[in-house]
Amino acid sequence: METKIATDRLRVSFGRETVLKDVTIKVQKNTITGFMGPSGSGKSTLISVVNRMIDFENNVRIEGDARIDGTSILDGSINPIELRRRVGTVFAVPIPLPRSIFENIAYGPKLKGTTDRTTLYSIAEDCLKKAFLWDEVKDRLGTSAMKLSGGQQQRLCLARTLALKPEIILLDEPCSGLDPISTAKIEDALSELKSEYTIILVSNNTKQIARISDFSAFFYLGELIEYDTTDKVFTAPAERQTEDYIQGKFG
Amino acid sequence: MRTNPRIINTLVRWGLNAQAYFTVAILVVIIGIIFFKGFPQVNFGFILSFPQDMGRHGGIFPAIVGTIQLALLSILLATPLGVGTAIFLTEYTRESAFTKLIRFGVESLAGIPSILYGLFGFIFFVIKLRMGWSLLAGVLTLTIMILPTIIRTSEEAIRAVPRQLRIVSYSLSASKWETIKKVVLPAAMPGILTGIMLSIGRAVGETAAIIFTMGSSLRLPLSLMESGRTMAVHFYILAREGISMEKAYGTAVVLVLSILFINIIAYYIMNKTIARYS
Amino acid sequence: MIDRTVLKEHFVKWVLVAFALSSLLFLFLIFAFILGEGLPLFLKVGAKKIIFGMKWAPTKGYFGIFPMIISSFLVTLGALTIGAPLGLSCAIYLSEYSGKRMKMLLKPAIELLAGIPSVVFGFLGVIYIVPLVRNYLGGSGFSLISTSLVLGVMILPTIISISFDALVSVPKTYREASAAMGATKWQTIYKVIIPSAKSGILASFILGMGRAIGETMAVIMIAGNALKIPTSLLDPLRTLTGNIALELAYATGDHRLALFSTGVVLMIIIMALNYIANFGIKRKIAK
Repeated sequence: METKIATDRLRVSFGRETVLKDVTIKVQKNTITGFMGPSGSGKSTLISVVNRMIDFENNVRIEGDARIDGTSILDGSINPIELRRRVGTVFAVPIPLPRSIFENIAYGPKLKGTTDRTTLYSIAEDCLKKAFLWDEVKDRLGTSAMKLSGGQQQRLCLARTLALKPEIILLDEPCSGLDPISTAKIEDALSELKSEYTIILVSNNTKQIARISDFSAFFYLGELIEYDTTDKVFTAPAERQTEDYIQGKFG
Repeated sequence: MRTNPRIINTLVRWGLNAQAYFTVAILVVIIGIIFFKGFPQVNFGFILSFPQDMGRHGGIFPAIVGTIQLALLSILLATPLGVGTAIFLTEYTRESAFTKLIRFGVESLAGIPSILYGLFGFIFFVIKLRMGWSLLAGVLTLTIMILPTIIRTSEEAIRAVPRQLRIVSYSLSASKWETIKKVVLPAAMPGILTGIMLSIGRAVGETAAIIFTMGSSLRLPLSLMESGRTMAVHFYILAREGISMEKAYGTAVVLVLSILFINIIAYYIMNKTIARYS
Repeated sequence: MIDRTVLKEHFVKWVLVAFALSSLLFLFLIFAFILGEGLPLFLKVGAKKIIFGMKWAPTKGYFGIFPMIISSFLVTLGALTIGAPLGLSCAIYLSEYSGKRMKMLLKPAIELLAGIPSVVFGFLGVIYIVPLVRNYLGGSGFSLISTSLVLGVMILPTIISISFDALVSVPKTYREASAAMGATKWQTIYKVIIPSAKSGILASFILGMGRAIGETMAVIMIAGNALKIPTSLLDPLRTLTGNIALELAYATGDHRLALFSTGVVLMIIIMALNYIANFGIKRKIAK
């Protein structure tokens, strides 16, 4: 098992409020790692450090380190733009760009210099297949992405991220608000994708984490309470809090 | 004795209704008179031929061309400046003393009446910079005049673009400028275009600032340094010097029609692209 | 590769800073040059003689613009007398009474009215209003009342749109609460809505005044050209804007400087009005 993403006593504060408290975690390559915990536990903040989207927040202080493949990503010499090509993100609310399905997927590759139409179309086909959306949209790639249903849009967002050939995919509560069938499709897609990508899945839905993740991390109020294989965490959690959360006693 | 409030209510409703209709009526009367008296004047000859005898006879072709030149060149200069300023204010800074200062500048420019622009353009461009009465002096003056409008409308349009779109673009490894160019500006385009159209409309109707910078030569300006007329200036001179009432009405028709046309395009753009995004 | 994009981003940022600063640059230039030409005469002849002087004969050394200052104010007041009630009524009608269809008719109509150039207003004023006044009220027709009438119509769009915005931003709950207490629509409007929208409505009036006092073309066509303070509604007059516009083309030397001095006075008045409208009232809103 190889470590893909690692944090080392990572501490993130917004003004006076410390949102992540000395989190040390090692996420393994080609796995699905689930981050769970009640709202405000810092899971989304941790993700925003990995994709450096935290750069867009005001008044942030970061201490400690975060590394991908052993190299720090908080270093001044790191180009966040290039980092975001390697780390793709799917957000809780699907946000298609107001253009066609094809253009949505082509957006990333075009930024990186791919202009050949044939190449772009094959990338689109490939990514849409991986996101389990190809069959539903293959005849209408030129139509507006806004016309898709919520579940379809979210799979489009996943496909869009894949187009950049990232190494890591971060998903922040991707299935909240989606119907069970769309949720299932996304979960199936992720299960297949983990062989090529390292996936972190943030979810409030413990059952989802139990279903598809290999490792689970439980966060509470900014601290990493427990982190182990999903099997272990869900059948024999070491911490009382973990057990209470999984059983739904709070959250 | 207290008057029944319900009676007052009804009376007031009728009164307000009447005043609203009255206001519309004013507009209808204005447009009606202009069109009724001016339309007989307007034909292809009027539009395409040159004025003769100071405008007593002939057409208004140079004035039309002058208007188009002035409006287009001013827009060409003011749009990058204005949209650029708007982009800077929304994307590159947070509210600070600096942005407040810039906004103060913009609002102040917006509040200056056209005659003062005429005074400024006259002393600065025509005299000090030795451009003489010229298309260039007119363009530069008008550019500054319409700049605040473009900045205001562009800023509103850019701010209206949902923050989420920017976040998505960044997450797909776009840089700030790439995000602005490919996502924010296209989404803000209807608002920006509307602002541009409104500014063109204003430019076309301007007189006080133009007459003292571009001058009022009857010739067609073939270079930036030549003087010329716009339709509004031509119309004013025809009316004031009492040269020809008929030609004045004719000019007014073309002038008002152009402005109407521009406003309609502005509305069309605004509504069409709002529909596209909703 | 990394350096190139970072460099480009920096380049873009600084270009945009320059663009943003251009507004300040232009404002500075305008101030500098109008003051530059306008102040010398104040120093040479004395501000009192210019601002309070009653005689305007610039080629002979008389630079008094007091009559013009008064005329500008009178004409603005006149415009407001006509434009404010009518404009406010239309704004109230638009926000409280009109249905969708009327709205779709009124709003474009007002925008169109705003788009009609002032020379057209002046022209129609000369052809129709001036003779009307001459025949029914007396005088030459080129008068304070004619100018006020036309200017009043011209500032309608400003007053209507800003008042409308103020009225519409009054929370729905106010209307509902008032109606729940049994008030008629009009009672609600004049007891609750108008007072809440008061500062916005006042701002619209002041901005309307600003427009009226800065108006040039329509005024010079209709107001006549008298250099004395008008003593009746039927007297002709000359405003500050008219002073500049009528003589700039052929003025030289001190005469021309005097026109810039007129411009300085006009600028100060308008800045004061804008300041009151934007800051004085915005502060009230913030409270």
